[in-house]
Amino acid sequence: MANLLLSPLEKMYILHGVRDDCRSDGRTNIDYRPMELETDVVSHASGSARLRLANTDILVGVKTEIDLPNNDQPGYGKLEFFVDCSANATPEFEGRGGEQLANSISNMMQKAYQSSDAFDLKQLCIFEGKQCWKLYIDILILECGGNLCDAVSLAVKAALYNTRLPSVKTALLDGGNVDLQLSDDPYDNKLLNVDLAPLLVTLCKIGDKFVVDPSAEEENCSVISLIVGATGNKTNYNIDNKKNESCTDSKCTTIVMNGSGSLAPKTLKNAIKQGIEAVQFLDQALGQALLRERRENVTMKKYSYGFLK
Amino acid sequence: MMAGNVSIRLASERVNPSVYSGAVLPRFYTPGEVISGMKDYMRGHGTYAEDDCLKASVAGVMQKVNKLICIRPLKNRYVGEIGDVVVGRVLEVQQRRWKIDTNSRLDSVLQLSSVNLPGGELRRRSVEDEQMMRQLLQEGDLISAEVQNVFSDGSLSLHTRSLKYGKLKQGILLKVFPSLIKRRKNHFHNLPCGISVIIGNNGYIWISPNVQDVTVQEQKDEIANSDLQPVNQTDRETMARIRNCIAALVTSKMMLDDTSITYAYEESLKYESVKSLLDPEAMLDVAFLTQHRIKEMTQE
Repeated sequence: MANLLLSPLEKMYILHGVRDDCRSDGRTNIDYRPMELETDVVSHASGSARLRLANTDILVGVKTEIDLPNNDQPGYGKLEFFVDCSANATPEFEGRGGEQLANSISNMMQKAYQSSDAFDLKQLCIFEGKQCWKLYIDILILECGGNLCDAVSLAVKAALYNTRLPSVKTALLDGGNVDLQLSDDPYDNKLLNVDLAPLLVTLCKIGDKFVVDPSAEEENCSVISLIVGATGNKTNYNIDNKKNESCTDSKCTTIVMNGSGSLAPKTLKNAIKQGIEAVQFLDQALGQALLRERRENVTMKKYSYGFLK
Repeated sequence: MMAGNVSIRLASERVNPSVYSGAVLPRFYTPGEVISGMKDYMRGHGTYAEDDCLKASVAGVMQKVNKLICIRPLKNRYVGEIGDVVVGRVLEVQQRRWKIDTNSRLDSVLQLSSVNLPGGELRRRSVEDEQMMRQLLQEGDLISAEVQNVFSDGSLSLHTRSLKYGKLKQGILLKVFPSLIKRRKNHFHNLPCGISVIIGNNGYIWISPNVQDVTVQEQKDEIANSDLQPVNQTDRETMARIRNCIAALVTSKMMLDDTSITYAYEESLKYESVKSLLDPEAMLDVAFLTQHRIKEMTQE
């Protein structure tokens, strides 16, 4: 990411640490740093979330719009991801500096959400073949402290979970044109089903081992990183907390490799497996946090914490 | 195979990291706030004159020397003073000098003439020395140094002409606010837990395993090899613990010196696993207990 300089001996220290499963801050290779999440931070967005993972700060807003469905998918809605790298994160993002990174992240998210096993676009349909919802998911990267993709995917899922679509009161077909009437009542809305929405996990290969949630320094030490996207689990978002027996396995939706290195087929396979497992843990933690927050704010949010510390 | 540790907390569960120190808080000025009428005072750093008033241009506390009013900002870049110990990173190798990042507004300079040449020779620097500069220090290398001179534009000139300064080996660099560093006679500390810490005045803190016993005898090539030896597991854990302790003190905005770091380390020992110190509650607990011990010590 940012061109961080490290001395060869510092790199060696990190490398040995990963080998011995004891990283610079005492974490093992599979530990995440503590995260902080808040949903509904932007009052004029349909749904929003802010996630802070150590120094990585992500704000996601979801905007809804009515659009025409594609001809080949009349019963489906649309999702569009847009990533903006704020120049606050690093001065390199100024102007068009962050464009490449932004495009790669938005493409990755688009791919991860493409499968119907990951996100059911049918729920965005209003009138088959005529009208559908289009969700604009705007991702703002406010600070980079390593592990952007994981943080972005978590924040996006939280924002979608928080998204409220206004209820459609009536939809009349008037000579080929659809006449929609939306409810004025802000409480009369419908939530999305995002239980299966995918999460991304970055696995950084440092030495011979893979590391989850790399810090900026650790990212600098690795020649290749693998980003695995896998679907979430329904049981994690079950309000009643009933353990559903039909526990669905996470399905891999996207794999992206970053960096100049290469991987042997066997290592790749192991890494994907490790990534999917990590997604399950992440998804469980995210589900618990989101359910906790929903229980706190049964109807509407009382107090927004936002960026003040 | 794995039981990854993931914790996501909500903003409503946020821990307030501030620790009550008992000290009287000074008055804080915000940018644009009127400090006083212009006539009777002199305008110092962090202030500007507008509409016959003296106003603060930064957020901070007031410092008054006779008629001179300055506002010292709460958060700023490192402002160097001669004699300060700093930790810096080599950014560029130039003609007869290195450019060093020391967290100041301008990059600092390390002249070729103000380093010790290997072997401890004292002589004029020749053209060969100039060509060997990258072997001495290359881009990305970390050094500890002392501020030799402050130029009129505020940039610093450093020197490493003592055996305690020079290139840093394996370890962890931690960046904190320079205003949290307490000025002491000594900034090199060998902590009782067997770890050495360099608390740079510029807010860069270097944590490394204690290596003093190596330099005593042995042949030179063995010393060179010892740089590449992996740090053993216990040292590594202790270093991580110290790193997390310092991070805890910094989030609670406590001053850093060897005493506070040692106390924080000792208090943190009740948390068996080092990674649990990343938890905001544990961080606050460590900072609170450290503050308590410092207060007890000053009362005695």
